[in-house]
Amino acid sequence: MNGRPLVDVRHLKKYFKTPKGMLHAVDDVSFSIDRGETLGLVGESGCGKSTLGRAMIRLLDASGGEVWFDGEDIMKYSDAAMKAMRKRVQIVFQDPYSCLNPRLSVAELIAEPLIVNKIFRTRPEMNARIKELMDTVGLAERLFGVYPHELDGGRRQRIGIARSLALKPEFIVLDEPVSALDVCIQAQILNLLNNLKKEFGYTYVFISHNLSVVKHVSDRIAVMYLGKMVELAGSRTIFQDPLHPYTQALLSAIPLPKVDAVRDRIILEGDVPSPIEPPEGCRFAGRCRHRQERCRTQTPELREIDPGHAVACHFARNLVQGEVKK
Amino acid sequence: MQTATTATKKRRNGVGEVLHRIGKSPMAVAGLVILAVIFFLAVFADVIAPVHYAKQNLMHAFEPPSAQFWLGTDEFGRDILSRIIYGARISLMVGFISVGIAMCVGGVLGAVAGYYGGRTDNLIMRAMDILLSIPSILLAIAIAASLGPGLFNLMIAVGIAAIPQYARIVRGSVLSIRGQEFVEAARAVGSSDARIIFKHILPNCMAPIIVQGTLGVATAILVAAGLSFIGLGTQPPIPEWGAMLSGGRSYIRDYPYMTLFPGIAIMLTILALNFVGDGLRDALDPKLKR
Amino acid sequence: MANDRLLLDIRNLSIHYEVEDGTVRAVEGLNLRLGYGETLGFVGETGAGKTTTALGIMRLVPSPPGRVVKGEILFEGEDLLKKSEAEMRSVRGGKIAMIFQDPMTSLNPVITVDRQIAEMVALHQDVNEKEALERAVEMLALVGIRPERAKDYPHQFSGGMKQRVVIAIALACDPALLIADEPTTALDVTIQAQVLELMKELKRKLNTSMIMITHDLGIVAETCDKVAIMYAGRVVEYAEKRRLFLNPVHPYTQGLFNSLPELDEEQEELKTIPGLMPDPTDLPPGCPFHPRCGYAGPQCATESPAMVEVEPGHLVACPVRARKGDKP
Repeated sequence: MNGRPLVDVRHLKKYFKTPKGMLHAVDDVSFSIDRGETLGLVGESGCGKSTLGRAMIRLLDASGGEVWFDGEDIMKYSDAAMKAMRKRVQIVFQDPYSCLNPRLSVAELIAEPLIVNKIFRTRPEMNARIKELMDTVGLAERLFGVYPHELDGGRRQRIGIARSLALKPEFIVLDEPVSALDVCIQAQILNLLNNLKKEFGYTYVFISHNLSVVKHVSDRIAVMYLGKMVELAGSRTIFQDPLHPYTQALLSAIPLPKVDAVRDRIILEGDVPSPIEPPEGCRFAGRCRHRQERCRTQTPELREIDPGHAVACHFARNLVQGEVKK
Repeated sequence: MQTATTATKKRRNGVGEVLHRIGKSPMAVAGLVILAVIFFLAVFADVIAPVHYAKQNLMHAFEPPSAQFWLGTDEFGRDILSRIIYGARISLMVGFISVGIAMCVGGVLGAVAGYYGGRTDNLIMRAMDILLSIPSILLAIAIAASLGPGLFNLMIAVGIAAIPQYARIVRGSVLSIRGQEFVEAARAVGSSDARIIFKHILPNCMAPIIVQGTLGVATAILVAAGLSFIGLGTQPPIPEWGAMLSGGRSYIRDYPYMTLFPGIAIMLTILALNFVGDGLRDALDPKLKR
Repeated sequence: MANDRLLLDIRNLSIHYEVEDGTVRAVEGLNLRLGYGETLGFVGETGAGKTTTALGIMRLVPSPPGRVVKGEILFEGEDLLKKSEAEMRSVRGGKIAMIFQDPMTSLNPVITVDRQIAEMVALHQDVNEKEALERAVEMLALVGIRPERAKDYPHQFSGGMKQRVVIAIALACDPALLIADEPTTALDVTIQAQVLELMKELKRKLNTSMIMITHDLGIVAETCDKVAIMYAGRVVEYAEKRRLFLNPVHPYTQGLFNSLPELDEEQEELKTIPGLMPDPTDLPPGCPFHPRCGYAGPQCATESPAMVEVEPGHLVACPVRARKGDKP
C-alpha cells in the first residue's frame, strides 16, 4: 500500500439525451476505492448504480468527470490505451442468461478475452489456461465443450466470472452478479467471489439492490438515489448508524427472514421521481419526512460527518439526535 | 409452464436441433425431398437428360408427350424434358446466386446500419427505402435493361433488387441483439467492432436471414423467369424455365404442354422452397421451442 | 386444526409436463391445506413447482404439455378437478383470484384501468356498466389510487401503482382465495414495502385467504400465518410460521435459511447446500433431496418419505430428522 487509492472517481457524470430532456443517470459522483477493498453500491432500479459501474470502466462514455486508476486519468486515454487498460479492469454482468453468446461453447467463451488480447501463441497453452480458469471458478473440466443453454444460472455465472478473470485484472465491477440466482446458488457464488478475492487480492465494486448481499461482501457501502450518492460509510456503520433518511427507509423496508423482528418500519410515500431534468435541491426531498424549506432549494453535498462516514443531507446528525430524543 | 421450459434440457447442438424440429413438419420434409430431387437433376443433368438441351430435330417438332419424348418437343423438335432438366440448373443457379448477392450486400449494409446507428444508419436505410419504393420486378427490369441481357447480368439484376429486404431484416435483428449483455461483455474484454459484428451479432441473427433467404430464392426464380419471359434474361438456346414459358407462349393454343411443363417445374420448385422456408421459420423461432 | 373447516384441501396432487426429453414431474404427490382467513407462504426455488401448483388450482395448467395426473383439489368442499370448464370460469376471478409476478404484462395496455376492473366485476356479478365502473373506483380507492386516476391507461402508472391496480382487479369480486405469485419480485424494496403493507391491511379488512408464492423468506416472515416449503414438486415441510422459523426441521429448509446472508451478524462464509436442484425429468428415487443431504441414510435412496408430524401442526417429509426427536 502506498496510501494512494486504486480507483479515484471525481465528479463523474453521465447524462442521456431523451426526447423529454436530459436524463441525469449519474450526477456528479465522487469517491475512491483502496486496493483490495470491496465497495458495495446499492440503490433501487433507476438510481444509476449500473450506469456508474459501466461509466467508471468506460464501457459507457461519461458526460464529465475523471476516473483515476492507479494514478492515471483513464477518461483521457485513447482507444488503444484503453484497450490495454481493459486487461486490468473487468466486469461481471447481472444476467447469466443474456451475457453469454449462445453460439459459443464454454471454452470458446472463456477463450474470448485471451484471443482478443492475443495472450497466447499456441492453442495448447491457451487451453491449459482455460482449464485452469474453469478450475478456479469451480467448473468441472467435462463442461469444456458444452454450450451455455445446457447449464443452470449458477454455472453460467461462473463462466462470466472466469471470463472476467482471464486477463488477470486488478479491479472488477460486479454488476448484480447474484440477482438472477436462487438463494442456494447465490450463496455458492458469493462464497466463490469472496474466496477469489482472498486468493488473488482483487478490488471489487459490488453493485446490487439486495442489501443483505451487499453487506455480506462489502467493506464499505455507498447508497445511491436518483443519480446521486447519498451516503457512504463502512458496511457495519451503515447498518448500525444510517444517517440519511433514504438509507434509513431503505434499511427498514427489507423484509427480514425472522419472526419476532421488532422494528419501526418507515414506509416511503410515492415513487422515485423522474431522473429527467431533476429540479434543484435534494433529490429525495419529495419523499422525505424530515424535509425543510432548504432541502427544496439547496443541493446537499456529500460531506464527512464522522471519519469515513459521509452523508448528503443538510440535517444529517441533527436528524438522528432528534429521533433519539423522541 | 416456465418451470417446464427451464427444466427441459436441450442436449442437441444447434444444427441437429433444427433438423430434428424440421423433421416434425411433414410439409417441410416434402419440400426438402422435392428440392433434393430437383438438385439431383440439376447436378447430374448431363447423365440424366435423354438428349442435349440444344439438340434440334425438326422432324419431330411440336410432338405431344410420347414414349420417346416424355414431355413432348418444342418448335425446333427439342426434347422438353431434357430442357427442363438442364433448366433446373440455370433456375436454381439464378435463384441461389442472386439471393447470395442480395444477402451478402444487404446483410453487411444492414449490420453496419444497425450496429453503428445514427447518421450511418439513416444514410443506408434511406437509400434502401428508395430502392424499396420501386417494385422489385421493375427495378430488376431497369437494371437488366441497362446491363444488357445475359445470365450473369440477370443474377446481378435480381440480386440488387432484393438487397433492401435483407438490409432491413438484418438491421432489425442486429438492433435487438446489439442491446444484449453478451455484446457489451465482448466489448468489456476488448473485442473490436468487426469481431463483435461478425462473431457475436451476425451468427445470432442468422435465423430470420436463412428463412428470408429460402423464401427469397423462390422469388428470385420467379423474377428471373419473368425477365427471361420478356427477353431480358438468358439467351437462346440456354434453357431457362421462364424463357421456355415465353417461347411456348405463341403456341399455347395448339401445343399447351410447351408452357404447361416448365410452368409445373417452376411451381413445384417454388412450392418446395416455400414449404422449407415455413418449416425453417418454425424450427428456428425460439418462441416455439418446447 | 384438522377439525376446522378447510377452504382449500389439496390431496396427493401430481401435475406432469410431457416434453421431448421425457416427463417433467413438476408437482408430485402434493398435500396442502388452507383454512379460512389464513395466509399460506409457499416457498421454494425456481422449478420447485410453486407456480404449477397455483395454475393447477386455477385449472390453468397449459395442456398439452401439462396434465394433472392424479389427486384432488377440494375448494369449499368441492373437487375443482371434477368441475366443467364453464363452472371453472365462474370460479376463476370470482371465488379464486390470482396476481401474477409481472404487473407490466398482466394489464391490457389499451384499456383504462377502471374499465379493466369493471370488466371483471361485470363478468362475475349481475351489475350494469355504471355500477361496475362505480365499483371499480371504489376498488381503486381501496388500494390507494385516487379516483381522478381511474381513467388513466396502465402505462401512465409506475410499477408499484400497476401492481396496486392488479390487486384491485383481483379483489374486485370479493374472492374467497387470493393466489399471489411473487407479487413483489419485480418491484424495488421501498415499493415492495408499500405493496406488502397494503396487502396485509386489505387482508385484515376483507379476511380473504391467501396463498403467497415467493422465494423470499423475509416476505413470508412478514405476511404469512403458515408456511409450506417446496422442493422438487413436493411439500417437504409445513408448519405454522413461528414454529418453522424458530425450528426448521427438514434439512432442505435448514439449508435454505443458512444460505441467506444475515443483516445483523458477521459471517465469513455462507453455509451452502452442495449440488444443484435435480433434473425434474430424472428425479432421484426415494427422497428427491437425498443426494444433497447431510443426514441421508440408505433408506432415503429407496423409500419416498411420508409427512411426519414432529409437533402439533408441524409436518416434515423427513423420517430421519423426525426420528432424531428434534422437538423443541
